[in-house]
Amino acid sequence: MSVNKDSIYNIVDEVVVKHNGDPSMLVAMLQDVQAQLYFLPRESIVRIAEKLDIPLTRVYSVATFFRAFSLKPRGKHNLKVCMGTACHVRGAEKVLDKIETELCVCAGETTKDMKYTIETANCVGACALGPVVVVDNEFVGQMTTDKVKTILEKCN
Amino acid sequence: MVNIEMETCRLTDYADLESYRANLQAKKTENKVITICCGTGCLAYGASKIGQSFKDEIKNQGLEGTVSVKFTGCQGFCERGPLVVIRPENILYQRVKPEDVSRIVTETIRNDLILDDLLYTIPSTNEKVRCEEDVPFYKKQLRLVFGTNGYIDPTSLDDYIQAGGYQALNKVLSSMSPDEVVDEIKISGLRGRGGGGFATGAKWEITREAPGELKYVICNCDEGDPGAFMDRSLMEGNPHSIIEGMVIAAYAVGARQGYIYIRNEYPVALKNSEIAIKKAEEKGLLGKNILGTGFDFSIKISRGGGAFVCGESTALMASIEGRTGEPRANYIHTSEKGLWERPTLLNNVETLANIPLIINKGAEWFYGIGTGNSKGTKIFSLVGKVHNTGLIEVPMGITLREIIYEIGGGIPGGKKFKAVQTGGPSGGCLPEEKLDLSVDFDELSRAGSMMGSGAMIVMDEDNCMVDIARYFLSFLEEESCGKCVPCREGLKRMRQILDRIIEGKGQDEDIELLIDLSESLTMGALCGLGGSAGNPVLSTIRHFKDEYVAHIQEKRCPAGVCKPLIRYYIVEANCNGCSLCIKECPADAISFQGKKQPVKLDQDKCTKCGACYDICRLNAVEVK
Repeated sequence: MSVNKDSIYNIVDEVVVKHNGDPSMLVAMLQDVQAQLYFLPRESIVRIAEKLDIPLTRVYSVATFFRAFSLKPRGKHNLKVCMGTACHVRGAEKVLDKIETELCVCAGETTKDMKYTIETANCVGACALGPVVVVDNEFVGQMTTDKVKTILEKCN
Repeated sequence: MVNIEMETCRLTDYADLESYRANLQAKKTENKVITICCGTGCLAYGASKIGQSFKDEIKNQGLEGTVSVKFTGCQGFCERGPLVVIRPENILYQRVKPEDVSRIVTETIRNDLILDDLLYTIPSTNEKVRCEEDVPFYKKQLRLVFGTNGYIDPTSLDDYIQAGGYQALNKVLSSMSPDEVVDEIKISGLRGRGGGGFATGAKWEITREAPGELKYVICNCDEGDPGAFMDRSLMEGNPHSIIEGMVIAAYAVGARQGYIYIRNEYPVALKNSEIAIKKAEEKGLLGKNILGTGFDFSIKISRGGGAFVCGESTALMASIEGRTGEPRANYIHTSEKGLWERPTLLNNVETLANIPLIINKGAEWFYGIGTGNSKGTKIFSLVGKVHNTGLIEVPMGITLREIIYEIGGGIPGGKKFKAVQTGGPSGGCLPEEKLDLSVDFDELSRAGSMMGSGAMIVMDEDNCMVDIARYFLSFLEEESCGKCVPCREGLKRMRQILDRIIEGKGQDEDIELLIDLSESLTMGALCGLGGSAGNPVLSTIRHFKDEYVAHIQEKRCPAGVCKPLIRYYIVEANCNGCSLCIKECPADAISFQGKKQPVKLDQDKCTKCGACYDICRLNAVEVK
């Protein structure tokens, strides 16, 4: 996804205004920016620091500390494999393995064609369905390795 | 008399709320309600589509006004979703599909006929069960906090008020002093449901007595615990009960500002609590001058960023302040110096949801449920290798066996029970000998595990306990904030040792070393994450030492999980050469040998991904 600097600045500025420029809302602001851009480009982090008049290091430390944030661009489709305990005991690792093999990228990476990003989550809170894969915010429960191809094809 | 106008009006005193409630109950015209469970589980099985079909069908059949459709929060029985309950008879239909909808409306709603094929069948007796409360999964439960979920639409304040909501707040504001409220909670014996089990009344008292004009109440809905989802389901399904609990808490401790800290991964919980806050404010149940008493309390929502350590009180508060969620040493309790260094009361979602109940029914009533030092009920998420997965609410003191076999319906696939993991990453694994243990805060701690947030993950003979220990360590290593050395370095080292054991390079002294490191962590770590990180390791060593020994000495994984120590085989007697596995194998390790001939597996090419094992319907692939 290519976004020019000005539109990033616009998005950031709007988000900062929405939260009244309150630095204690930094986490929420980063979430809102990311919701629009799918990741946090460098420019957005710099702009937030300027707008809130706080050190760049503080924004950067928050953006790298929380798992929810990504500093790398993400693909069009997001596959979040839940690695929670309930999913783990029912074979989440195998499912992740299979997705990685099918797409030839590891968890945390995006395919070259920018189509898919594989992520892992430590629990998505749908433990009764385990193993769970969240495909673009939609929960697919009771995943098995042989369902992987079907869910990938469905993304098209 | 209260009229429609009233609905947009603020309630200005106690009598107002009661007459508003009476009016809501009088206005009720429909005689049947179809509730559709919209918990995460049921939604994943297509509940929203079914809900829409019901609405359309009722319109088509001209039943509007006499039958209503309600989308509720999670009703608990996730395994059999989507769930549809027809009230007031409480007829439970499970695994409902969109094509069943018109049948249900015509037969059950119009003609009072039961559709047998949609009822729950008890597997052992093949008996069909008609009512929700007779299903074995629900029968043994005591759903005091969680049961309301099935009756109300979480986005409707009227629904909650109709079900008796904000009655407790009314009682507190009209007839109790803050001290009396604190005493009531102390007498009830309620302990925090978030994990530690600290006495709630005592926490309230410390916060109340802490000096300072500005105080805060925080509701912790971070729930980073893998395997637990009760906070999510309560927040999604009954947000007003938590808000009511918070307002009562604020009144008791003298706070004017509250925060609900919600994980960003829970969008529905976020949305529903936002709606609930707004509606409660409009009605004068939250915000300035609550119910005309002059008491002010407002709530803001703070979104978490998905860090497990933020469940730790000091880290959570740092995160609300807009900093990285790193914990600090807890020499001074957050009850005295918390958010922005001011006295702060931090309670878990489930704890707060218990408050209105205690106020309404009295501390003695609550004290009468449960065991010695653990009172009331606890919501567990019963998941993993068990028939009926879902959320259950049981009185303290129930045994693990009752939970797993009677409510959970036992272990699927004819497999043998191996262990149950309770308390999330800070808890431990309990073996079969402990199945008759009665579940409460103290019994679980004595057995080397803990209540934690209430995750209960059942494991069968196919789960490797060494792998489980490593799983928790790698989870904690990833989630450790890295601020203190024991946690940062200790967890890494422990994970490396377990990696080595799993790779078949374990050494005899490894077990001792793991125990030593676990104990050092318990003593030296700064916060609860590190302090309890050794538990999964210690409890697996204590109860399943033979599995560690098999890995270290025999270089064998008895459960067939640890990749470097296992091999897949074709059981020639069972294989008919159907070649399903050949198509599935990503490494081209399996080859076709001819029609009706067993396939051949090349061990050198095999990546041990297990795809063949999963796809084979003939039990022709074996793992050893």
